[in-house]
Amino acid sequence: MILISDSTLRDGNHAIRHQLTAAQIYDYARAADEAGIDIVEVGHGNGLGGSSCQLGQTPIDDRTMLETAREALKNSRLGVHFIPGLGKSADITLALECGVDVVRVATHCTEANVSRRFIEQTRAAGKTAYGVLMMSHMAEPEVLLAQARLMQSYGAQAVILMDSAGYSTPSLVRSKVSCLTNGLDITVGFHAHNNLGLAVANSLVALEEGARLIDACLKGFGAGAGNTQLETLVAVMEREGYASATTFERVLALAGRSDAFLSPKTPHIHAANIASGLYGLFSGYVPHIQKAAQEFGVAEFELYKRLADRRLVAGQEDIIVEEASRLAHERDTTQALSA
Amino acid sequence: MTSEFPQTRVAILGSGSIGIDLMFKIKASPQFDVAFVVGRNVQSEGLGIARDCRVETSSAGIDFLKENVDAYDLVFDATSAAAHTVHNRFFAEAGKFVIDLTPAKVGRLCVPCINLPDVEAAQNINLITCGGQASLPLAYALKQSVDEIDYIEVVSAIASRSAGLATRENINEYMTTTEYALGLFSGAKKTKAILNINPAEPGIQMQTTLYAHARYRDFGKVRARIQAMAERVREYVPGYHLVVEPLESQGRITIGLTVRGRGDYLPEYAGNLDIINCAALAVASHHHETSQAGVTQ
Repeated sequence: MILISDSTLRDGNHAIRHQLTAAQIYDYARAADEAGIDIVEVGHGNGLGGSSCQLGQTPIDDRTMLETAREALKNSRLGVHFIPGLGKSADITLALECGVDVVRVATHCTEANVSRRFIEQTRAAGKTAYGVLMMSHMAEPEVLLAQARLMQSYGAQAVILMDSAGYSTPSLVRSKVSCLTNGLDITVGFHAHNNLGLAVANSLVALEEGARLIDACLKGFGAGAGNTQLETLVAVMEREGYASATTFERVLALAGRSDAFLSPKTPHIHAANIASGLYGLFSGYVPHIQKAAQEFGVAEFELYKRLADRRLVAGQEDIIVEEASRLAHERDTTQALSA
Repeated sequence: MTSEFPQTRVAILGSGSIGIDLMFKIKASPQFDVAFVVGRNVQSEGLGIARDCRVETSSAGIDFLKENVDAYDLVFDATSAAAHTVHNRFFAEAGKFVIDLTPAKVGRLCVPCINLPDVEAAQNINLITCGGQASLPLAYALKQSVDEIDYIEVVSAIASRSAGLATRENINEYMTTTEYALGLFSGAKKTKAILNINPAEPGIQMQTTLYAHARYRDFGKVRARIQAMAERVREYVPGYHLVVEPLESQGRITIGLTVRGRGDYLPEYAGNLDIINCAALAVASHHHETSQAGVTQ
C-alpha cells in the first residue's frame, strides 16, 4: 500500500499568502477524511510557527488550524510540517496537544542534524516522526543518503525527499530515490513540485524506485506552479497498479466537493480531463460528457467508465447521450423496484 | 595603562569554532593571559590549534578546571546550553566569574552596548545568542525612539560552516533565548526569532533582519537612534554595518544588518561568531578594568 500524504491545507497556503480560513480547513479536512486520504497536513505554508513578517502572517493561529482539522478527521491522520529554526520545540508540544499524529521535521537537504531533537521529541510522545530533506535538487544522491541516515538514526520513521524548486527530472529522481531506498531501513517518500510539468511523472518514478509515501495536493494547490496534483497522481497510480487507501473515484468526489470552498489559482488539470485521460476517451468528449451527466442527472464518473467500456473512437459524441440516458433509465428502474 | 596591572588569567572551556576564535582574540589583548583551552576530545582540531599556539590544553573538560581551580580568574564557557547549566554549579561554588556564550540563560543577560555596567557584579553573564547580540542593540534603540512596540521579529541567516554541532543541538534554545531577550530589552509584547542555515560555498555573509510593528511619531528620531546605536556597537564589533537603513511601511519597521567577521579563526563571513566573541571580549575587558580598579582602591 502506498501512503498518500495530502499537503493541500499546508503547501496550498503558499498560493494564497497563508490565508486559509478555519472553515476551509474544516470542510477540506472532512472531505479528505471521507475520501480515504492517509495523512492530512495542515498549517502555514512553512509549517508550525511559520506566521511571521518574513513569510506572511496567518489570520488564525496554529492551534486554531490544528484543532479545526482534528475535529474534522475521523480516520485520516493529522500531519504538520516543522522547520527547526522557524518552529520551536514548544510548537511541537502545542501540535501534540492538539492531537497531531505525524510531525514532518524538515531541514535543508544538507542540514539534517538540526532535526534530532524534534524527531526525538515527537517519538518520545509516541507519535510518528518523518524527516524531510528540502531543496533536494541541491545535493548528490550520496549526500542525501548520508543526511537521511542521520534522520533515521534520530528515529525518523520515513524520510521524504522534497523537490522544493520543481527542478528535478525523472532521471534525477530515479537516482536519488533508488539511492535512499537501497540505503535506508525506513520508508522513503517523495514530494514534487510541478514547475517543469513533471510532478506526477517524478512521483511515478519515485514509486518505481521503491518510494512508499507520496505527497500530493488537490488541484495541485501549492507554492508557485503547484504540487503533484492528487487527482492525477491517484489516476496514474491506479493505472500502474499502486494500491492506496483511496481511489480515483473518491478523489474525484473530493475535487468536486472542494469546488465549493477551495478554488486555487495554481495551474491544474480539471478532474474531468483526468478521467477522460485515465479511461482513454477522446479529450474533446469532456464537455459533452459533463453536459449529458447534468441533463440526465447521472454520475459523471460512472459515465466515463461506461463509455470507456464501450471503447469509443473519436467522433462518437452521440453515444454519450445514449449511454447517459441508459444510466438514467437503469437508475429509475432500480429506484422503482426498491420502492 | 592596563599593561602595568597583572593580567587576568582566562580559561576557555569548549574548543569548537567559538572557543578557538575567542582564543585568538584574547591572545591579542594585553589585558589577558590565556591559561587554558579545555575541550573533551584530544584529537579535536581546536585543541590542535591551541597547542600550535603554545597554549596549555586539556581534553578533560570541566574536571580539568576543577582540578586547576586556582590557575585562572575568569572562564568563557563556549560549550552548550545543557553543559553550561551543569558547569555553572561548580563555577558558582568556586566563585568564578563566568562569561557564558551558550544560550543557557543561567546568568544575567548582557549586550555590552546596552547594560554592561548594570550587570558587572554578576557571577555569571550570559551573552544570549549571536542573533541576539546583532539585533538587540537595534531593538533597544527602537524602544528608546518609539511609543510602543507590539511585535518584534528577528531573522538571521548564517553560513552552514559557521554553525557547529553545539549550535545545531541548541537551535531551540537559540530561538527561545533570543525571543526572551528581545522582549526583555525592547518591551515588545510579542517576539519571534528565526534562524536559517545556508550551506552555500563560499559561505554566505551573516545577515540579520529586524521587523517591528510599532507606534511612533517621529521616524527621523528612529533613524537617528538606530544610526547612533550602530556606531556604539562598532566600538567593540568593528564589522557591524546596517545594510537596510530603517524603512517604514504601514507601521512596520524593517532594518537589516550584517557583521563582517575579523577573520581571527573562521573566515570573515562568520560574523555571527565574531559578534558574540567581540561581546565576550568587551565584557571580559570591562571585568578586568573594574576588578583592577578594585585592587588599587
